[in-house]
Amino acid sequence: MPSVELRNINNYICRDVTLTAQHGELLALMGPTGAGKTTLLNVIAGLVPYEGMVLFDGVPVDKLSPRKRRVAYLFQNFCLFPHMNVYENVAFGLQVQGLKKADIELRVRELLCLFRIEHLSERYPNKGLSGGEKQRVALARAVAPWPKVLLLDEPFNSLDFETAKYLRVELVKLQRTLKITTLYVTHNQREASEIGDRIAIIHQGRLEQVGKHSQVFFGPKNNNVSSLLGSPNIFHCKTFFPLTASLAEVELNGFSLVVPYDGLSIEKIAISQWNIYISREKPPGPQIDRLRGLILEIAYHSPIVRVSVSCGKEQMVLEVQEQLWDETGLHEGDDAFLILPLRWIKVKSCERDLHCMRSITGPSTTNHSVKI
Amino acid sequence: MNRPQKIRPWWGILPVAIFLALWEGAARLNLMPGQLFLPPFSVVMQEFYYLIASGVLVDNFLSSLVRVVIGFCAGSIVGLIIGTFMGWKEILNKTFNPIISLVYPIPALGWLPLLMLWIGVNEMLPITIIFICSFFPVLYNTITGIREVNKEVINTARTLGASERHILIRVVLPLALPNIFTGLQLEAGMAWRVVIAAEMVAIPTGIGALMMRAESLIRVDIIIVCLIVLSLMCLLFERSFAYLGQRFTSKWK
Repeated sequence: MPSVELRNINNYICRDVTLTAQHGELLALMGPTGAGKTTLLNVIAGLVPYEGMVLFDGVPVDKLSPRKRRVAYLFQNFCLFPHMNVYENVAFGLQVQGLKKADIELRVRELLCLFRIEHLSERYPNKGLSGGEKQRVALARAVAPWPKVLLLDEPFNSLDFETAKYLRVELVKLQRTLKITTLYVTHNQREASEIGDRIAIIHQGRLEQVGKHSQVFFGPKNNNVSSLLGSPNIFHCKTFFPLTASLAEVELNGFSLVVPYDGLSIEKIAISQWNIYISREKPPGPQIDRLRGLILEIAYHSPIVRVSVSCGKEQMVLEVQEQLWDETGLHEGDDAFLILPLRWIKVKSCERDLHCMRSITGPSTTNHSVKI
Repeated sequence: MNRPQKIRPWWGILPVAIFLALWEGAARLNLMPGQLFLPPFSVVMQEFYYLIASGVLVDNFLSSLVRVVIGFCAGSIVGLIIGTFMGWKEILNKTFNPIISLVYPIPALGWLPLLMLWIGVNEMLPITIIFICSFFPVLYNTITGIREVNKEVINTARTLGASERHILIRVVLPLALPNIFTGLQLEAGMAWRVVIAAEMVAIPTGIGALMMRAESLIRVDIIIVCLIVLSLMCLLFERSFAYLGQRFTSKWK
């Protein structure tokens, strides 16, 4: 039974949205600014008017006010109560429900311990709590009254890249520990793919597509989805050789790559045009996932430059910031080196045993540089 | 190398001391048009002592103090209560805002002639004037303080299971306190200025009335004593509310 189910949700932004999140799932809601992602969370929390049905564990909650829906909502910037210390923040949801003082004390201490913030219990949010500590306090406060659903609205938007990355990992760990159904709003594809069990693409109030990241990435349902995800370079795999338990070498049309491997047959590989690096000089290090190609076309779409490069018998498209591109000094007809970071190569696997050539040898580095 | 300058608390007293010394010297040396219009500071202090010892200053001061305290407390409490409801409930704000916007710009002393006719020249007159003077700023600061509370903070409290009453009392009002105290601080001093003006015009007792009597007797020293009392009381009231505001909000703000 799905933990959260939306049926035909309509309001001033949402257009007939039907969506389910399974029990314990972390579903990333992705879409451009103004797409209706936050509104959808507000619908689930009962903070905005809507038509349609919202069900928790199969039970409609439309007639319940926000305070009775048992939803934990983490807004941007965490929204801690600045006039309460950490202990009082975490205890707030329990106090307003009229629990006994001893029970509140027990629950709060348990959560402070779980979130590793016992030492901060007397501190006020604006008096020396770091971004990570604020996040943990906000999460502890959110889950204190035993909510059924956790809603997160771009909680790391205002943080720097490194802190946000670290906190995302922490969040996923905690979400797995608590096994709470979570809907996470983001407009960042990287973030969505990193933390979401599945991704739901929202555009102009409509649910365009929902599925695992690789499903959406390799098979965008329509132009709205593909324009949001970008137009990735997708290549069909001819053969592949498992190298280790988690890596395989795939033979493509005129070149080969080392890609992540999950034990299933590799059907296609894809890499986004934003995640390919280009250089005039031969990159240092082992020549794995480094390709040599010929620049076919350069198109300026300020502030982005779109570059088409021929590699083997395939054509690869990449996008670079105009300023960075000018620094490379490359022109049409020049040879260039492409670097495809392993972590950004997406693999579409299938159950069928396709073109697998069992091998225990290392990657055939000679194939990686394609002479033009 | 520049050394950070140490600012000592007594440095602020230095200009005051210089001013008083200049005043004393100028009056003693008859640099001004004589003691009649500018008595020396020491003479003023002497008169201050006589007025306290004779009980004249104490009686008039207490009359003014009682009026200020009653008018200010009543105006602030009513302003706080109505401001809370208007800030919290949009419909009340929309309903009453037009009439309050029309009445607010009228200076408190502008009501004096009308109130003299309506309630007569009695103790209620200065109290009502101070009530009006305190009510509007506290009302507006309370409304602003409540409306400035982040809506997401309110929604967070809501989703945590808090009732509207809980949200108002435990989240919204504490967060509106800095604004409320700003209003109280401004109006605490203003109440003294208004009561003096009302007493000068219409009431026979109080510091303002004492000043008017001194003026008719050409007693500049008494006028200056009254001004010193007024200045000290304005300062004391304003600083008290600034301290209270700081006390209530400094640990989290």
